[in-house]
Amino acid sequence: MKNKTLTYREALKTAIGEAMRNDERVFLMGEDVGNYGGCYAVSKGLSEEFGSDRVIDTPLSESGFVGAGIGAAIGGMRPIVEVMTVNFSLLALDQIVNNAATLRHMSGNQIGVPLVIRMATGSGKQLAAQHSHSLENWYAHVPGIKVLAPATVADARYMLCMALKDPDPVILFEHVMLYNATAAIPKPEDCPDMHQAWVRKGGNDISLVTYGGSLLKTLQAAGELEEQGISAEVVDLRCLRPLDTQTLFKSVNKTHRVLVIDEGWRTGSLASEICALVAEHCFWSLDAPPNRICSKEVPIPYSQHLERAATPQVAQIVEAALVLLNRDVA
Amino acid sequence: MNIENSKVHMDIAHLQFLFKQMLRIRRFEEKCAELYTQEKIRGFLHLYIGEEAVAVGVMQALKAEDAVFATYREHGHALARGLSMDKVMAEMFGKVTGSSRGRGGSMHIFDVEKRFYGGNAIVAGALPLAVGLALANKMQKKNDVVVCFFGEGAVAEGEFHESLKLAQLWQLPILFVCENNGYAMGTALAISESEQHIFRKAQSYGLMSHAVDGMNVVEVESAATQYCQRIRKGGGPCLLECNTYRFRGHSMFDTQLYRESDEVEAWKGKGPIMKLQRWLEVNGKLSSAELKLIEDHVAEEINLSVAFAERSEIEDISDLYLGVYAESGS
Amino acid sequence: MKILTMPSFGADMAVGTIVKWNVKPGDSVSKGDIIASIETMKGLIDMEVFDDGIIVTLLAGEGDELEIGCPIAELQLKNEEDSNNNPEQIMESVVPHSLEVDSNRAVSQEIAGHSSDSQHVEGKVRRVPTDVEEKSSYSLNTKRPKISPAARNKAEHLGIDWRQLPQGTGPDGAVLLDDINIADKRPTEPASDNVKDSNDMMREAIALTVSRSKRDIPHYYLQLDMLLDNTLNWLSHHNVELPPSQRILSNAVIYSAIARALTAFPAFNGFYRDGHYQPSDSIHLGNAISLRQGGLMVVAIHDAQRLGLVELMEKIKDQVNRARNGGLRMSEMQDATVTVSNLGDRGSDTIQSIIFPPQVAIIGIGRPRIVPWVIDNRVTSATIVSMSLAADHRVSDGHSGARLLNKINALLQTPERLV
Repeated sequence: MKNKTLTYREALKTAIGEAMRNDERVFLMGEDVGNYGGCYAVSKGLSEEFGSDRVIDTPLSESGFVGAGIGAAIGGMRPIVEVMTVNFSLLALDQIVNNAATLRHMSGNQIGVPLVIRMATGSGKQLAAQHSHSLENWYAHVPGIKVLAPATVADARYMLCMALKDPDPVILFEHVMLYNATAAIPKPEDCPDMHQAWVRKGGNDISLVTYGGSLLKTLQAAGELEEQGISAEVVDLRCLRPLDTQTLFKSVNKTHRVLVIDEGWRTGSLASEICALVAEHCFWSLDAPPNRICSKEVPIPYSQHLERAATPQVAQIVEAALVLLNRDVA
Repeated sequence: MNIENSKVHMDIAHLQFLFKQMLRIRRFEEKCAELYTQEKIRGFLHLYIGEEAVAVGVMQALKAEDAVFATYREHGHALARGLSMDKVMAEMFGKVTGSSRGRGGSMHIFDVEKRFYGGNAIVAGALPLAVGLALANKMQKKNDVVVCFFGEGAVAEGEFHESLKLAQLWQLPILFVCENNGYAMGTALAISESEQHIFRKAQSYGLMSHAVDGMNVVEVESAATQYCQRIRKGGGPCLLECNTYRFRGHSMFDTQLYRESDEVEAWKGKGPIMKLQRWLEVNGKLSSAELKLIEDHVAEEINLSVAFAERSEIEDISDLYLGVYAESGS
Repeated sequence: MKILTMPSFGADMAVGTIVKWNVKPGDSVSKGDIIASIETMKGLIDMEVFDDGIIVTLLAGEGDELEIGCPIAELQLKNEEDSNNNPEQIMESVVPHSLEVDSNRAVSQEIAGHSSDSQHVEGKVRRVPTDVEEKSSYSLNTKRPKISPAARNKAEHLGIDWRQLPQGTGPDGAVLLDDINIADKRPTEPASDNVKDSNDMMREAIALTVSRSKRDIPHYYLQLDMLLDNTLNWLSHHNVELPPSQRILSNAVIYSAIARALTAFPAFNGFYRDGHYQPSDSIHLGNAISLRQGGLMVVAIHDAQRLGLVELMEKIKDQVNRARNGGLRMSEMQDATVTVSNLGDRGSDTIQSIIFPPQVAIIGIGRPRIVPWVIDNRVTSATIVSMSLAADHRVSDGHSGARLLNKINALLQTPERLV
């Protein structure tokens, strides 16, 4: 009896397998993707199906194999490079920022890099400071690459395929708390174009703008606000670069209030970019200042209560929303 | 370490060709120096003077389908690879007729048609790219070689080690060419590497590798040809260390406090062009009339390229976004 | 002859000092020879010569610190006879032949740089689209009245129901802080259901301004009838072969005379604010332009005293056109330092105007008319124009006002000097 649901990780695996079956140029490369089955078990079984030539276990050489992914893309392949987490991607930052992002423009539009890089990101598993970063905004800062944050099972299932079709480098961020998320088996129409933001829940009183691992908390907060008679609209950004400002502005112009929920640190966060855009383009509609809920300015701690205190939580989102709506906070 | 002792057969016409190629690069670089002091060429300028034999020698072993990666000191490689001098000079002038539409300048010369992939300004940054392209070639069952030039300074970077290791692990068709000129900017090899023989490092990773006299274009060509033959037969990656010397500073703005002028003069005495010129003259294969003809021919080509660059236009500012992504700016 | 200049060795290098010359006039040099040692911020660098030739003159001495591109020596090239169309020659002509040592670096860069290119960068600059450009024009479809956050805050503070206010002066009719401030000063009216249109707004604004002027400024009035014939005669000469679109009208001459005259009378050109007067360095002549739908605008002609007659004529025509069709700039709406009011040919003989605060004078020009006139003790007919001056008695008095009018009159009699 076939399961009628799919987890986020299974959705990714299905997507990778399908891509590799349909296009012999696609291959997967990263640490422990083959024999180990993937750090987060995303690629489990793929090595058996496609062999070690197409599911390549790399040594711990992030710069080397990310750069190799770039080179292979230049050479006509369609590699999926898995960097275990965004924390380790720092070792490959040079290749991504100085090569992948620049080659097309710098060469005068001669060289394209059709590369997909997948990375796990975020906190919540008590993995402490060096394993809990949310650095999506660092990558979203750089022209020349595209950055996606699939937050639903449907997005995990279909965004990868869209990314593989893109002629430019695309980085997919998979929040570590999402891998176990379950949903009904999605259909292609459940996944809008990868460049679009999506209104996950419609509302009139306030726009809650978020992405990736924070979507779940934001939806929960919206539910609690509903109980207090407040109609919150939840906007899932989905694509962090380029930002779908059209959807964003439409929402804020409608609700007149915006709260951005972002697991990155507050200073220089992606949320600050959203707030700046809203201030620039929706100023006349605003009934309250744009605000953001982000991680506190600390390295993310190990102990559970401190990790919670350092990162965005549902209660904070609700409270901040109430303030913006000029309501009394219970 | 063994190389087959078959000398590549060189006839006089070929030697004269090699001589002209090196002289062409030499005079081109001298002209660039002059233009730089007049601020026609801006940014950084790294001259290849003294090292001509390496680029010229290695290029003889390559076919059109092979690919070349080089560093920011790549004018000689570009010319030897067959890029049009007009395009290279125009690129240095920042004109739209340049090989990268003027966007790259001296350090970022690209020509995909000639399979010339730069022009890379991060030391060791291109090695993983070259590895990736070789990986793509292997996956697509092509018989092509990827050549990656770099200086001995790159050996200090982690990417050097990661790249060699990946190349050997995956048995990739790649020739690494290390141009050991003794100085990484102002740092002598003796104070930066505990093991100064680069070929030994490569050997420790399992690559076929040895060192040649980088001032002897015949020796370089011979070694490169043998290595490429080996690589094409599936013999795995190789590293050719070429001992050479740059007669000028690291870049134009270099007071050269880090080396003695005696040392520079001594190396100039065994320069590659002079060496070949003397051999040809002594063997009656280069009369002073013939030399003058070659010099005049080279001078004319250079002067025409300067005129071309001077009268070329700069890129339209409205094209600024062209090439950030495949679909942008058009 | 080739001029050798202080070489640039890098982007960071702005100047170099000649520490030592290795050559002297008369020396023969070969390409590649080191002819000098240059001290830079990084240390000593050798300067090479790029041609064979003979050093003719040294233009700078040891110890001289010079900017990049400054000439330091003259070199007689070895092959000068047979290098007519040599691209080196082209480059030589681009290298500056004489630059002062302290010349502007940007200028010398331009000369030494790409000036041989015939195209101009300016002509090719186009607006660079930003990512959000298209999306930023997303406009509200609702009729919801707009008010800026600051305005609403103030409205609440003042107890004003801003929803009853006319449409604001902000983009898309948004209510701004200023609108709240103005609303604060008005007497309360019964709330009207209709949103007032912009004409009514203008009327109200004018009403506020002139009331204030009459209330605060002690006006005095002077008038002088001025002979216009000399101007008219000169104009008919000037205009005789010109098509109508290029002819200068007497208004331009009059405005020019006024502007030029004012240069000697700072007490009539400036602003009175907060209890003291600040004369303005520039004379931005405010041209009061009446609008077809009623109301008027005062549009500043910047630095009117510097414009020639043709320029001034063009400016006036252009501003009148833009005033009536939209397209005036903020600076034109705000910058007038003195105003001229002219009712035109169908206007009255004289006009006594009201000063626009914070200005301190306004000059009214009646219609040109033919009257009996006495010249050399004989009665004849002449075309005259009555010019009036209303001025702020806190700043000037009748004596200087009269001298101003006389100065204007004098200028009108010699229009050729205004060109």
